Amino acid sequence: MSEPKTESKLERLLNEGRFVVTGEIGPPKHAGGDGIKHHVELLKNHVDAMNLTDNQTAIVRLSSIAAAAHVLAAGGEPVIQMTVRDRNRIALQSDLLGAYSLGVRNVLCLSGDHQSFGNHPTAKNVYDIDSIQLVQTVKGLRDEKKFLCGEEIKEHEPRFFIGAVANPFGDPFAYRVLRLEKKVNAGADFIQTQAIFDMDRFEKFMAMVRERGLHKRVKILAGVMPLKSVGAARYMQKSVSGMIVPDPIIDRMKGAGDPKAEGVEICVEQIKHLQTIEGVAGVHIMAVMWEDIIPTIVEKAGLYPRPK
Amino acid sequence: MIIAEGKPIAEVAELIKDAKKVLMVGCGGCVTVCLAGGEKETGILASALRMLRQQQDNPLETVEVTLTRQCDPEYVEMLDKYVTDDIDCIVSLACGVGVQFLAERYPKWVVPALNTKFAGGTVKHGQWEERCGLCGECILYRTGGICPIIRCSKSILNGPCGGSQNGKCEVSPETDCAWQLIYDRMQALGKLDMLLEIQPVKDWSKARDGGPRRVVREDVMIS
Ligand code: SF4
Ligand code: SF4
Repeated sequence: MSEPKTESKLERLLNEGRFVVTGEIGPPKHAGGDGIKHHVELLKNHVDAMNLTDNQTAIVRLSSIAAAAHVLAAGGEPVIQMTVRDRNRIALQSDLLGAYSLGVRNVLCLSGDHQSFGNHPTAKNVYDIDSIQLVQTVKGLRDEKKFLCGEEIKEHEPRFFIGAVANPFGDPFAYRVLRLEKKVNAGADFIQTQAIFDMDRFEKFMAMVRERGLHKRVKILAGVMPLKSVGAARYMQKSVSGMIVPDPIIDRMKGAGDPKAEGVEICVEQIKHLQTIEGVAGVHIMAVMWEDIIPTIVEKAGLYPRPK
Repeated sequence: MIIAEGKPIAEVAELIKDAKKVLMVGCGGCVTVCLAGGEKETGILASALRMLRQQQDNPLETVEVTLTRQCDPEYVEMLDKYVTDDIDCIVSLACGVGVQFLAERYPKWVVPALNTKFAGGTVKHGQWEERCGLCGECILYRTGGICPIIRCSKSILNGPCGGSQNGKCEVSPETDCAWQLIYDRMQALGKLDMLLEIQPVKDWSKARDGGPRRVVREDVMIS
């Protein structure tokens, strides 16, 4: 077990060698916090930490950091997602300081969906730095106690457990593992992957990860997403960039008498399978607009109760 | 070159609706090559505007001149004799630079007839594509001669992002993923290991800063 770098509960559990479970909450398109609190109550005993998405698909939502404050108040462990789409290096670092001061200990760095997907397609994007450079920046704040410009942080440096994403289903496939390695070199402590439906490709990806020894340097949480209907499955297959949904999954959803139950069943099977893959340190359950189902999935997968 | 595209005629007509006599100025530089604002396009736009105003019973008089370049005072000066008191408005068919050079020289209402798009080149007859974002500090030597600043939809320096699939960018199936292109080229050149290096954050102060950027070459200055 390595020395903890941060006060993150997620880091502690991963260091203890637990198979962790994280969930995801999409903040609302309004200024009310009650829905978030409700979800935290629902999830907090079934997941070890919960992601708060950052204006996902470029649609304006309650900010991930404010949502994280609600999570903390309700007794959950938040992971704030932070995209480099909407903020420059000044705003990103400022928000990192602010989030840490509120008690947030985990951050997930990502590029963010292009604004053309969202509800403000005429917005100007920022992309001052990229996601790998953000990982580096968060590490610099923590380990070197320095801002990106090199200036020293005299006290109270933010000490985040640093996450990044990996998409084994993006192209060029051969480069995906090398790019993961770049993220690890930049300072990523944990990785959450894109939702996995194509298990064969993920197995190949993990074999390459092990070949390069990356699973020993970073904690990889495999992403899963329960499907609600065959329509949702088709949508993921056709319209979501960087996703692969194989036909057999579509067929299973199509043939199901109770598609929701089938979606849960598939997800539970996937989680059980993922637990057998060397180098997978946990699962990240993304139940978009269906957060309530997460406890059922965790219980059926035999991952309940969660460690403290 | 600078690639530009004509504004809709109705829009230009609206911009000059109060004028009786306009000076229409074409440019012999980039916008001639990209068929947006040369002598020919100036003539076509002038006659279209005149016809439109004729239909509205409000005739318009036009004077048409095409300069070698509108981004050079040496050539802009040649317009002096056409800028007479009875000219109500100058319509420039140059890029935004030309429009401003005319506005700087003449105390007249100057309007643009083109939308200035980007720095690019001809990919096939009738099609132009952007290649350079004018970032002020070229890094093409690190990316196999393919610009990530402008060709990647997110200007990622350590790409590709998770949205790259089948060689295309997440933004549109018509757009190649710049990082797939970079990867393919670096692989072909045997330089894939260069892509493992983390590219440092960019100094954007070189790209767009307080006020206009300047290039000064004292060696060629005439004092
Ligand atoms: S790196 Fe900068 S200067 Fe070079 S092509 Fe790209 S935008 Fe233009
Ligand atoms: S898909 Fe490729 S070109 Fe598009 S934003 Fe991602 S890396 Fe850039």
